[in-house]
Amino acid sequence: MQEITQALHLFQKNKSNMVTYILIKFILVLFVFLLALTVAAYSTYGERKVSALMQDRIGPDRAGPYGLLQPLADGIKMFTKEELIPTNSSKYLFVLGPSIAMLTALMAGVVIPWAGPIEAFGQQLTFQVSDINIGILYIFSVVSIGVYGIMIGGWASNNKYSLLGALRASSQMISYEIAMGLAIVALVMKSGTLSLGEIVTQQQGDWINVVYQPLGFLIFLICAFAETNRAPFDLPECETELIGGYHTEYSSMKLGLFLFAEYINMFVSSAVISALYFGGYNLPFQAALGLEGPWLAVLQFGFFFLKIVFFIFLFMWVRWTIPRFRYDQLLHLGWKILLPLAILNIIITGLVMWANGSLA
Amino acid sequence: MGDHSIIEFLPIFLMFLVALGFVVFTIWVTHKLGPRKKTEVKNEAFECGVESVGNARTPFSIKYFLVAILFVLFDIEVIFMYPWAVNFKQLGIWGLVEMFIYVAILLIGFAYIIKKDALKWD
Repeated sequence: MQEITQALHLFQKNKSNMVTYILIKFILVLFVFLLALTVAAYSTYGERKVSALMQDRIGPDRAGPYGLLQPLADGIKMFTKEELIPTNSSKYLFVLGPSIAMLTALMAGVVIPWAGPIEAFGQQLTFQVSDINIGILYIFSVVSIGVYGIMIGGWASNNKYSLLGALRASSQMISYEIAMGLAIVALVMKSGTLSLGEIVTQQQGDWINVVYQPLGFLIFLICAFAETNRAPFDLPECETELIGGYHTEYSSMKLGLFLFAEYINMFVSSAVISALYFGGYNLPFQAALGLEGPWLAVLQFGFFFLKIVFFIFLFMWVRWTIPRFRYDQLLHLGWKILLPLAILNIIITGLVMWANGSLA
Repeated sequence: MGDHSIIEFLPIFLMFLVALGFVVFTIWVTHKLGPRKKTEVKNEAFECGVESVGNARTPFSIKYFLVAILFVLFDIEVIFMYPWAVNFKQLGIWGLVEMFIYVAILLIGFAYIIKKDALKWD
């Protein structure tokens, strides 16, 4: 409470500064929003092109040169399709499900730092929508709310297949969240902060975190696949058993929101992996380049974006290479392999840090 | 504003407004644009073309519920580790020893649920 009154006081004392601050942040919010949508849209195109490449096909090539307008055509198609709401479904929850899925997917990207800070307009500009000191916990909480979207959507459809898909999705996502959380604990021990901005700054001019946390990275990566319901963990929507899983009953843009949310989640988790373990926006030999100001920021953003694109490609590569798990295998991997491994990782990290004298 | 003040939460609210606006807009537009020809059969739940039998709100396997309960237990334990991990360097060697005891207790519980076959799917 005291903090809020302090903030309000600061706001009144410094009105013009605050207005520029809010304006800048609003522009940044719009930028991140549009970036997430564009990347998600072109991920669908990329997915089809990558799968075509791997199966020796051509893939989409009708809409525009090289089929580059395909995502746009898909979007228009989604909007103009008939909207079906089954008679037996719970109408409001049926609409609420995909809305929550999309909302949480978009909200999760807020704490990612896109480039280093620069000086402009008399302020320090940070290319991060919000540098809260609990950044990692924020991502976790928002991603957990995403489970509700799938659960509500699947339950509201009142279809047995949807219900099964939703149950599978939620128990899979919560199972892998534990191992994911434990993998991050080891990283937090090393960095001593939960703020993503600070974790990225720490990797400046130092080895990137994956060198210190190879096992943690591997666990985090596997869990990221499971959290985004991507193959080989795509049991919630496995076509051969469950028709379409939790979105069997959905049509038009409500289906689109579910699918889109999955791609945005993929984008956000790629960004989080790059930021936590691969140095985020930091360039190799950044100090030797001698660049400064906006150009450095542009270069940093470009490099960060390349890392993200690589991880999105990895998601697709794995999807078209590895077959799907069976459900008991999936839970076995999550609970009996990844969870003990993550705890082992914490213990090893603690012992190594004690041995090389980084403890007080 | 880099000092993690409470103002940093304001942009999150801005993002929420933008995202909410987008979701409401898409749902509204798709509601207005698409054709609407409702028939009784079309609005039934889809079950591979066969007439759907009964309601989907039937009891389901208890295993899902067990996983959910175990998740709550373990996730709370993980959350307890975060404040410790942030202050790990300051806590020194005794912080490490205490966490070993904590993890040992956690592992006893973990061994118990495995012994009880709570995670066995057959």
